[in-house]
Formats: sequence, structure tokens, C-alpha cells
Amino acid sequence: MDAQTIIAKRIAQELKTGMLVNLGIGIPTLVANHLPPGVNVYFQSENGLIGTGPVPEPGMAQTRLTDAGGKAVTALPGACTFDSAMSFGLIRGGHVAMTVLGGLQVDQQGLLANWTIPGKMVPGMGGAMDLVTGAKRVVVAMQHSAKGKSKVVKKCNLPLTSVRPVDLVVTELAVIAFPGGRATLMETAPGVTVQQVIDATEADLVVPKQVSEMAL
Amino acid sequence: MKVLSVAETVALIPDGASLMIGGFMGVGTPERVVDELVRQGKRDLTVIANDTAFPGVGIGKLVGAGLVKKVIASHIGTNRETQAQMIAGEMQVELVPQGTLIERIRAGGFGLGGILTPTGVGTVVAEGKRTIDVAGRDYLLEVALKADFALVQAFLADTTGNLSYALTARNFNPVIAMAGGTVIVEAEHIVPTGVIAPDNVMTPATLVDYLIANG
Repeated sequence: MDAQTIIAKRIAQELKTGMLVNLGIGIPTLVANHLPPGVNVYFQSENGLIGTGPVPEPGMAQTRLTDAGGKAVTALPGACTFDSAMSFGLIRGGHVAMTVLGGLQVDQQGLLANWTIPGKMVPGMGGAMDLVTGAKRVVVAMQHSAKGKSKVVKKCNLPLTSVRPVDLVVTELAVIAFPGGRATLMETAPGVTVQQVIDATEADLVVPKQVSEMAL
Repeated sequence: MKVLSVAETVALIPDGASLMIGGFMGVGTPERVVDELVRQGKRDLTVIANDTAFPGVGIGKLVGAGLVKKVIASHIGTNRETQAQMIAGEMQVELVPQGTLIERIRAGGFGLGGILTPTGVGTVVAEGKRTIDVAGRDYLLEVALKADFALVQAFLADTTGNLSYALTARNFNPVIAMAGGTVIVEAEHIVPTGVIAPDNVMTPATLVDYLIANG
């Protein structure tokens, strides 16, 4: 299983029927492909849609029905649309049960940096700051390292997305949560040892006596 | 509400004007108005919008033609021309969290001085802004935004000027229709008054100054 699939499959297990869920671009988008059987959630596109469905069949695209990346999507039965003020009222107001976002860095207190690398990448924060600040649960989907450097760091040196800590980080190596504000190793990926995770992680990880393996 | 051709309408917009423009990655952007702004070569524009779409699409056409002096947006990552002009110092870009941007516009249109939001507290977004404690939680004071013109795209406009929007093309449109000094509407379909039932009117006709004629 490749890194992205491990991450997306594991995060999909966090989804429960009835949740309103917002997926960011990149690996988070893949989470929708791995919904466990029988689980039905509502996906929000922050451009103004609840009930986002898969990409349309060839020739069935509707130019006014798009996701937050501007790509054509479908609307599932029961879908609804609204303006951007409503969309971000849902997000900031705590009405989104879970958001899954990409990450550049997460530090050992759970603080996330995911929107800019000053001088290199300045795309704008889009909805990320509102999502991290307002969603009930924030899950980060990211590769454990980039160019050999751990993305789970002691302290973010990139600009923060929010001072609200995230709830869960899932990488191709591990699941990390932040009980009491401390990065804690909850699970390892199949075939990965606790020591391998520690070696690949810059942050100080709390390692409980029992660390389970991801059930993928 | 007056009905004018797109050329007559855009002729009302002076160089240096501030424009709120509807659309999200080009979806819900009044393309005929944008094309006419380019044709008439309006310069030194300030654009307030969610994003600058893609090169050659929607607001991206204004950027590509070098007509924009300043952009206030939440995201410019899909338009390399915006980024290049920003880096070259040819265009000023103010990046605003999306939920804050739409609320600042809403505040402008709704007669509020600004809004208090937790978004951005403790980040670079908070620099130079007042942080206000309300019931033990910190909020940023984000001030209202208005513009000289709102350029709105609607799905239906009736001949009175009532508007409704379709699917995700709604986005910023009904909100900017409240915050523009002069509201210009490009509709995909102009329909007889009464076709949009009162409950389905999303923007009342009294807000619309100019409806662009077909053709």
C-alpha cells in the first residue's frame, strides 16, 4: 500500500455516519474514496455546497457545480447550496464535525503550519485558518517527512495556521494525538516499529506502553 | 434599476476604481463584464474577490492584462501571473482568510464597522490588528470592506432586477451585492418578473443599479 493510501484509509476510519466533513486538497481528498461500508457522511465544499458527490460521468459536468478547487463535482440527493458567508459560518461556528487538511509542519503541541513557506510559496490561506480554528475536530493528513526532514517537529518555524492545536495527525508511519498538549504515538503503520517512528520524528513523542498497529 | 449594454455599463467604471467581483475559481464571475473591462483597458483597479482564478479565466483576465493595482483575496495560488506580479512588486496583494474576507464584505454591506473573529488570532494575520477579549476568548477586530462597484453574476434576473443564483456559482455574489456602491449585474437569463418566486429571490431588485442587457 502506498503512503497516500495508508493515510487516506486510516483517516476514513475516523468518519462516522451523519458527520459534516470538509476535506482539503491533496491527500485529504482521497479520504472520500475509502469510506468504510455503511458510513454516510456529508462532504462540504467551502465554495458553497453540502452533499458533494464524485466527479461527474463524461459529458455530465455542470459548469456551476464545482468543488473548492474549481473542478466539476456532482451533488448527492439531499445536497444543498449556499453563499460563502453561510459556508464559513458553518466552518467557524463549529458546525463542521471534522476537517482533514494537509500539513507542512505539526509541532509537538499540535500546532499546524500548512499555508505558506515565506519567500517560496505564498498561495494564500484560503479557508485553512477558518477550518483549523472552527471545525470541531481537525485531522492532518501528511507524509511523515519531506526531503528527509521530519514534518512532525519540536516547534513550527513556518507561519502557523491557527493557535488551536489539531486533534490527530496521520502519516504513512504513525497516528499521533495530542492528549494534554503533548504529541503521543497512538498507532504505527503495518510493518513499522515504534523505534522507526521515533527515529523519523523530530518532535519528542510520548510513547505509551501499548502502541497498536493501524487496522487497515 | 437601469438596463444598459455591457459597453455602456463598463464605461461607468473609472480607472482606479475598487471592484468587488463574484466568483470562486472563475465559477460565478461575470465574464462579459470582465472581458469588457479588458477591452476598454480600465487601469489601476483594486479587486476584492475570493481568488484570482486561473490565467485567462475570470479575474485572471484582468490580472493577465495588467489592469490590477491591488488584490484583496484569500487565495492566489492557482494563478501564477498574480504571484509573478506580486513578487515583481507590480501588484499589491492583501491575503485574508476566506471566512474573514466574506464577513468583512458582509459587514460593509450590512452597516457594521467590522467583525470579531477567532480566525487568525496569534498568527501573522493578527499583525497590526486589535485583539479583543470577549468572555475569555480572544478575537481579532477585522474591519468592514466596501467597494465602488460590485460586479455580480446571477443565474436569473427578472425584469425588475430581482436575482437568484445557481449551485456553487452563488459564492460571494449575494454578499457583494450589498457592499458595492454601484451594483452591476450580469445574468445568465433575464426572465419576466414573477418567474422568480418571492421566496426564491436571493438579492432584492432594490439593490441592483444596472442590469446588463442580452446580446
